[in-house]
Amino acid sequence: MEKVQGEMMTGTIDAVYTIWLREIKRFLKSKSRIVGSGGQPLIWLAIVGIGLGSAFALKVNGSVPYLTFVSAGLIGMTILFSSIFAGVSVIWDRQFGFLKEILVAPVSRLSIVLGKIAGSSTIAVMTSLLILAVVIIFGIIPLGSLSVLGIVELLVFMLLASATFVAMGLIIAALINNIESFQVLINFLVMPLFFLSGALFPISGALPIWLDALSHIDPLFYAIDGMRASLIHFSTYPIMVDMIVTIFCAIIFIGMATVLFKRIEGK
Amino acid sequence: MDQNHRIEDAIVVKSLVKRFGSFTAVKGISFSVKTGEIFGLLGPNGAGKTTTISMMTTMLSHTSGSIKLFGVDALAAKDNARQMIGIVFQDPSLDDELTAWENLDFHARLYGIKNEKDEIIERVLKLVDLQDKAEKQVKTFSGGMKRRLEIARGFIHSPKVLFLDEPTLGLDPQTRRRIWDYITKLNREQGLTIILTTHYLEEADSLCNRIAIIDHGKIIKSGTPDSLKRSLGGDVVRIGVERKTELMRLLKGKPFINSVKESNEGLEISAKDGSKAIPMIAKIADRDGISISYATVKQPSLEDVFIHLTGRDIREEGADGESAWKRFRGR
Repeated sequence: MEKVQGEMMTGTIDAVYTIWLREIKRFLKSKSRIVGSGGQPLIWLAIVGIGLGSAFALKVNGSVPYLTFVSAGLIGMTILFSSIFAGVSVIWDRQFGFLKEILVAPVSRLSIVLGKIAGSSTIAVMTSLLILAVVIIFGIIPLGSLSVLGIVELLVFMLLASATFVAMGLIIAALINNIESFQVLINFLVMPLFFLSGALFPISGALPIWLDALSHIDPLFYAIDGMRASLIHFSTYPIMVDMIVTIFCAIIFIGMATVLFKRIEGK
Repeated sequence: MDQNHRIEDAIVVKSLVKRFGSFTAVKGISFSVKTGEIFGLLGPNGAGKTTTISMMTTMLSHTSGSIKLFGVDALAAKDNARQMIGIVFQDPSLDDELTAWENLDFHARLYGIKNEKDEIIERVLKLVDLQDKAEKQVKTFSGGMKRRLEIARGFIHSPKVLFLDEPTLGLDPQTRRRIWDYITKLNREQGLTIILTTHYLEEADSLCNRIAIIDHGKIIKSGTPDSLKRSLGGDVVRIGVERKTELMRLLKGKPFINSVKESNEGLEISAKDGSKAIPMIAKIADRDGISISYATVKQPSLEDVFIHLTGRDIREEGADGESAWKRFRGR
């Protein structure tokens, strides 16, 4: 019995690795995706960050320059966009028939979900690290506020947030069969997730109560709050609270994605 | 292991039913496939072939009935069944962005092949003559090449049964013959049990050891292609002769003949065994000095069988179904 379980374990790891490898290969082959996923947040940083920051000479909480404040938010944005679209890409796999090849393989549905998450998160985190490098090089985040522990915490938040949103994308892909309606749904979902997350403005007592309440059910809010805490030691909640909520969200969404994947039939 | 399971049965399907809402696509079909044979499910589009194969390959849940693959319950022990089967789907299922090699490598890894993985990939690529295209992206491949790659892929993990769903759909006749050669090769050289669906009568006829004709979700007849054709009662013998009525009178009531009727150039005779009937007919004609200018024997085709059983042409239905589908998709 133990041997069987051991075999199943290595089987799962092999399957996760195989699906991870495919995601990475596909990403590296697509030059437009590489440029797009790295370029988009840099444009946001330049236009929104510098634009808003200098037009209104904003300082968050009276002391933090806006560009510094928004950096963690844009890292979160990169994670959100990159992850949720990667999850939804399963719809394309279905469209082009490749999903059947995966579904008919003798591997657990959990390992399919984990493989997709591993691949997509790797790509999302790598792209986000590019943003991090840029904001450090340009002195937007002062070197003095960085620490090894802070960077590790940041990476954990990135990975957890990415896993959550890849899983969310997978859930959408599992529920929706048709390509046209998924675009609408994504825009309907991604925009609120982004704007309510506190990426662009602090979620604090100054907001109307309904807006504040909506932000508190946005998983990205806690992830970005935690990232900001680990980068510039500025946050709404203590980092442990953010961490616990983010872990909780990741587990819930991965679980839901796995359950839904078991139900998919490859017609 | 099932007690009643016989060694020679690769697949045993019993009273399989699939309902989609109020529509019953598969209405309780039963059949078995022997180890080492090529078995064909023949029927028009929409007959329930793909639905049946989807259930057999764990891709679709069933409503009732049972499927056993080498004694394993394919509807319950899905992962066991999955390891035993290779599939070539009706629609393409390759990753176009990856190379041929990478597609096969992905498959080999998913099926847990570690020892000699690269050698196996090389071997199956050679089997379908694609070894020179290993490093090419699949999106540069023609339809026929993609099909061959999929056949190779379905075979990588040494399955016990290979399922082919309409393996030559949409391919030109030359490519089709080539695919047939590969399928025959896999069956003969590797001893692989193959089950395929098709609505091409020639395909079923030239490839399959046994055929089940399926229509409206039911198997209406099964057997070897020859026995199906023989079930129509025999061959058609055409004879060129001028003194038609005379010869017809002489032949009537002879035990080796089923029926005789006049045609433009002579007689059309239905006989149990056409090639044996010809010399006997010639002997009878010769005795009365009637000269025969030619004689031909035509075996009834599967098409004749299909028309006999269903009262319609397999292609009529197919063409209608396709154009309706195109209209639907075009909207």
